[in-house]
Amino acid sequence: MSNPRPARRTTLRLGAVALTGALLAACGSGSDAKSPEGAGGQVTLTVDLFGAFGYQEAGLYAEYERLHPNIKIKQTDTEDEQDYWKSLQTRLAGGGGLADVQALEMGRIASVTRKQADRFTDLKEYGAAALQGEFAEAKWAAATTGDGKVLGLGTDVGPEAMCYRSDLFKAAGLPTDRAELATAWATWDGYLELGRQYRAKAPAGSSWLDSVNSLNAVMVGQAKERYYDASGTLIYENSPAVKSAWDASVKAAADGLSAKLDQWSPPWNQAFASGSFATMPCPAWMLGYIKGQAGDTAKGKWDVAKLPGGAGNWGGSYLAVPRAARHKKEAYELVKWLTAPEQQTELFRKQGNFPSAVKAIGQIADARDPYFSDAPIGQIFGDAAEKSPVQVLGVHDKDVADQITNALSEVERKGTPPETAWSNAKKAVKNALG
Amino acid sequence: MTRTARKALAPYAFVAPFFTLFAAFGLFPLLYTAYVSVYRVELQNPGEMQWRGLDNYTALFTDPFFWTALRNTFTIGALSTVPQLLIALGLAHVLNYRLRARTFFRTALLLPYATSVAAASLIFAQLFGRDFGLVNTLLGLVGFDPVDWQTGTAASQIAVSSIVVWRWTGYNTLIYLAGMQSIPGELYEASEVDGASKWQQFLHVTLPGLRPTIVFTVVVSTIGATQLFGEPLLFEGSVSGGISHQYQTLGLYMYEQGWGFFHLGRAAAIAWVMFLLIVALVGVNALFARRRSLKEAGR
Repeated sequence: MSNPRPARRTTLRLGAVALTGALLAACGSGSDAKSPEGAGGQVTLTVDLFGAFGYQEAGLYAEYERLHPNIKIKQTDTEDEQDYWKSLQTRLAGGGGLADVQALEMGRIASVTRKQADRFTDLKEYGAAALQGEFAEAKWAAATTGDGKVLGLGTDVGPEAMCYRSDLFKAAGLPTDRAELATAWATWDGYLELGRQYRAKAPAGSSWLDSVNSLNAVMVGQAKERYYDASGTLIYENSPAVKSAWDASVKAAADGLSAKLDQWSPPWNQAFASGSFATMPCPAWMLGYIKGQAGDTAKGKWDVAKLPGGAGNWGGSYLAVPRAARHKKEAYELVKWLTAPEQQTELFRKQGNFPSAVKAIGQIADARDPYFSDAPIGQIFGDAAEKSPVQVLGVHDKDVADQITNALSEVERKGTPPETAWSNAKKAVKNALG
Repeated sequence: MTRTARKALAPYAFVAPFFTLFAAFGLFPLLYTAYVSVYRVELQNPGEMQWRGLDNYTALFTDPFFWTALRNTFTIGALSTVPQLLIALGLAHVLNYRLRARTFFRTALLLPYATSVAAASLIFAQLFGRDFGLVNTLLGLVGFDPVDWQTGTAASQIAVSSIVVWRWTGYNTLIYLAGMQSIPGELYEASEVDGASKWQQFLHVTLPGLRPTIVFTVVVSTIGATQLFGEPLLFEGSVSGGISHQYQTLGLYMYEQGWGFFHLGRAAAIAWVMFLLIVALVGVNALFARRRSLKEAGR
């Protein structure tokens, strides 16, 4: 107090040091975006995903780090894709906080190629054009913009099958053999009929189906045109595929076949382990999710059979590199490696994500999964992938699907009359698309 | 600069930091929100702005989701504010007497307030779970059917309100307690001599003495209830406030428009409507308080 001047000068100096430090730090981060922190420097790649991609579980990161000693991979993962997409959009708008590698769901890819092409790196800049022959044609085309930019590489596709609990089937006196079941539920009517039989003799606290929304999602996945037609017009209100899926789901709800669980919610996750439902229509990527939630105790109780009503596709994803990524070149190398046929093959064998790389599809025909009672998953999903239609993708596919999901939940959980729920869905879609 | 000029300017220099910060983080966002609200702006392309005039506002009048949210905000607000303040009054009254371990109780009361809304909501969501929730288990013990706390309109609103009540009751209790301690002890002694019971003391001494404090808590709780956001959002993790928007509040609806559907212009309009609503509610509160005190003065 007696001599305030030196104190003030110290403060000033401290301030100057802090400021210089901040400026230096800013320069530092600016320069290492161009060159990877000098020769032999460590690069930490961030990978931001949703749901269950299974790279970590399958040991792919560890393998990549072993092959590239200067690379460290850090993964973040949001369970619910809706939440993931929201935060990704916020960060894209702000231009900050983006990971080097961002995953994109198939239902969003049209929105990205048509509305946000400038926010993502054209992977052709790093030589992605040479990879075109490796991927299924439709998969490649969906991530390509009108002017030929490639914004993401396909990680997997979502051929559909039916997952079921053979122990619960047995308890209810139903056949457990997957071939026999495939015949019994060759059509969706057959599947719902078996459901009613199951319900009559079901073990206590167990339902036929987890949620009518999973039924709705796989059925919609069996159609070529769903929410949009090829010209990009919104047609979900009159689309036959959407209607038949809706009708079957409403019927299943009315017959009390569903455990009324909200997909991706904590109670749904808990129900995997407690055996609250006997069947669950499952795209290939769901196998990894089931393993993760149901855990080791349910090993061998699950099985996989052909899907009723023909082949279909639900989801599948891409890996993309945002323009604002810090290590674009290294990120591209990682994406290229993760989506290469060898890695896709390994991922399918360990986690069930079905490859979108043509060569990998040939390599997994013989795959069986011990967790799912040694079901020939390579053959079941391979067959479905081959026969499933090439879907027309629209800008707001996911938004429309989400609103229909809500409306079906109203029917299922609140007993809202289906007509009221459908008109609610239409209102909500209008509100969402604005 | 002369000494007098410096002296005259000094107070302004001292208050300047607050006003600078307020201008940057309070006033500017407020005005910018008003600016955005007259355009059509999407989060995916914030650079492209289309002039819409007052359309974002007028559209709200015919928007069923907006009215649902407005109604929910009021019902959840009433369901949480009224019990919260009544319980707080009762607790404060009890704590105002000589109790053993009084400091412990007073500190414990503040714990819910110190808990993060995220943690509290997640735990309440578990308690109110349909299949494995503790609340339904307890209801089952006394012979009631399980309630689907997330789906039913009244049930979900009660559940959300209970989180708010749990978090804020202690906070209000302490404010009431502070208010009660400024009421002169002689008044209680005098009333005791006159043979007033504890309940009569509460009615005729405590409540009149607390009136300004009660007005304050009502205003603060009203503002809080109008802005209610975290509890309903985290209760089920859904931006639409349940499958049929049954507990979507205005705050949540604004968030859904802005960050669920990416319509920033419409979200900004809702934000302004909320702001005006709060100003109106506080005005009504102030009017009531003034009329009460005028009446009092005239008595």
